[in-house]
Amino acid sequence: MAPAANGGTADAGPPELVQLLTPEGERVEHPDYSLETTPEELRSIYRDLVLVRRFDAEATSLQRQGELGLWASLLGQEAAQVGSGRAMRPTDYAFPTYREHGVAWCKGVDPLNLLGMFRGVNHGGWDPDEKNFHLYTIVIGSQTLHATGYAMGITKDGSDDAVIAYFGDGASSQGDVSEAFTFASVYQAPVVFFCQNNQWAISEPTEKQTRVPLYRRASGFGFPGVRVDGNDVLACLAVTRWALDHARTGQGPVLIEAFTYRMGAHTTSDDPTRYRIAEELESWKLKDPIERLKAYLVREGWADGAFFDALDAESEQLARRVREGVRTMPDPDPSSIFDHVYAEGHALVDEEREGYLAYASSFASAAAETSDGEDD
Amino acid sequence: MAVESGQKKSWTMVQALNEALRRSLDENPKTLVMGEDVGRLGGVFRVTDGLHKDFGEERVIDTPLAESGIVGTAIGLALRGYRPVVEIQFDGFVYPAFDQIVTQLAKMHARALGQIKLPVTIRIPFAGGIGAVEHHSESHEAYFAHTAGLKVVAPSNPADAHWMLRQAIASDDPVIFLEPKRRYWDKGQLDPNGAPELGLHQARVARSGSDLTLIAYGPMVKVCLEAAEAAAEDGLKLEVVDLRSLSPVDFDALERSVKRTGRAVVVHEAPVFLGMGAELAARITERCFYSLEAPVLRVGGYFAPYPPSRVEDAFLPDLDRVLDAVDRAMAF
Repeated sequence: MAPAANGGTADAGPPELVQLLTPEGERVEHPDYSLETTPEELRSIYRDLVLVRRFDAEATSLQRQGELGLWASLLGQEAAQVGSGRAMRPTDYAFPTYREHGVAWCKGVDPLNLLGMFRGVNHGGWDPDEKNFHLYTIVIGSQTLHATGYAMGITKDGSDDAVIAYFGDGASSQGDVSEAFTFASVYQAPVVFFCQNNQWAISEPTEKQTRVPLYRRASGFGFPGVRVDGNDVLACLAVTRWALDHARTGQGPVLIEAFTYRMGAHTTSDDPTRYRIAEELESWKLKDPIERLKAYLVREGWADGAFFDALDAESEQLARRVREGVRTMPDPDPSSIFDHVYAEGHALVDEEREGYLAYASSFASAAAETSDGEDD
Repeated sequence: MAVESGQKKSWTMVQALNEALRRSLDENPKTLVMGEDVGRLGGVFRVTDGLHKDFGEERVIDTPLAESGIVGTAIGLALRGYRPVVEIQFDGFVYPAFDQIVTQLAKMHARALGQIKLPVTIRIPFAGGIGAVEHHSESHEAYFAHTAGLKVVAPSNPADAHWMLRQAIASDDPVIFLEPKRRYWDKGQLDPNGAPELGLHQARVARSGSDLTLIAYGPMVKVCLEAAEAAAEDGLKLEVVDLRSLSPVDFDALERSVKRTGRAVVVHEAPVFLGMGAELAARITERCFYSLEAPVLRVGGYFAPYPPSRVEDAFLPDLDRVLDAVDRAMAF
């Protein structure tokens, strides 16, 4: 089942695009990647897609309302994230960028935990080992090396766990990503490189990153590369399952290029109308990952009005929880900037903490003296 | 190379470091050694000599020639529960890994609110004096010491090199371990079955004196000891403090010494401008202002790229330049 490593240009989807569900919601078969699903499983996948999108929309609103300093929306990339996220076992580890909210969802990370860094109360305060979901990494591509090292450790442990390293088309230009490919290949590390090619690195199109389709990079490093329809959740699930299986059985890394589209801005700070045309957006709307699965469910009669109504209600409930959770998220104590700088402590940090506390408490004493004065 | 407990014998710094790695690999199966040429070759300075043969390629790992990759994968291995000891082949080659060290390794523990640990040791043969070509003689300690989250140490002799490396590997914090390559072949007494005399971050009074404190670390400690010896012939009693740890700095030890002597000269190879000496001089001035008889002076490299080896002697502080600074300090 070695996928072909040729064909296509950097910005073109076909000819090597693995697809199991057409944009019209018709189930098709692929000779290399089969997938058996039950109606119940399909409804569950659909639920994930809808809830993740609703969470993302709520976070965008919260940024507009000033509750978050920034938000990196995943709109349009739900299938790539839910498909790959659901392919993992609980003991498999994910190393995300800063946009993998859907993967976090699949790994069981509370969505509220993802918002701390965007609100500015921490830099990613969850315990990565609790759900095997590493902290968000903002420097582009750094985490691909962490994922590879972690995977090398898995091999040393004799475990059959596997790792997914997430990154984008922009990150593919970074040296760290190439070095991660080299290390993973040389040590046959059980890591799946999952590139979400969403066509844009802030304002730069994929053509500014590469002259060949990204999935073909893998062949030069000596491992398989696959391009999958990133808006087809079933294809993403099937291909990632295959890749994880390939990796965990000692056959080395796989590069998956999920060909998708970022429907929103890079983050809430930029304005995509300055760099891309409306027609492009419109054409990708027709490939919406949620609509195509909905069409499939409805056509087959596997989901009825009651199902969709209940899901709507659950979505609103999630949004309310997120909204209230963010608004009541406490600011950290300022002295916490000195916490956890070192595991074993550091004399200078201790000295500066004491200095800060003394300085801060001098205001409290001054205020107390002032109010004493007023009482007199 | 093993010796009976309680027995000291003479070791070169390379042998002392090698024994530290060997014992650390022995004591903890999670300890790994990785880097370019550390396996079959035993490292270009032979610090890892024989380890590949005795511990195998799963523990002593020859890596691709990619410094960012070496440090980045070491971070991943640490996240999986391993304790990687990384070798950067020469000081000037660490810059490609700088991003992984300062933006990832240094910060990850804090970003996770203390829930994960990064016990990564990065060994770097550093500084000059061996007649090497470009990028093989640099002193970049200030970059790393300036970064919160990293610990930075630099031994000056075989015994410290041995114990400090074992302590660094045992530390749950990332440690930048700077090895003064011009002292690799110096000999010193060591009993690896004993115990370290000092904590990893404690300074050591290498020579006692009452007239002035010379403060140095790594390769310059020997130069300062020689300067103190020469000054003694003129009746001047110089104290030499071996800093050992550059982050954190044992300021209490410096304060004790300078308050007694009233004068201090800081000596290092790195350019004086914004170097370790700037920080040390400022702190000593804050802590010892009323005890100082003279401003804290600095002796170091010039604000120029590390020079070609034929003229490196002009760049590197030597006995005469140290004594010149001592004279200036004594003249106040």
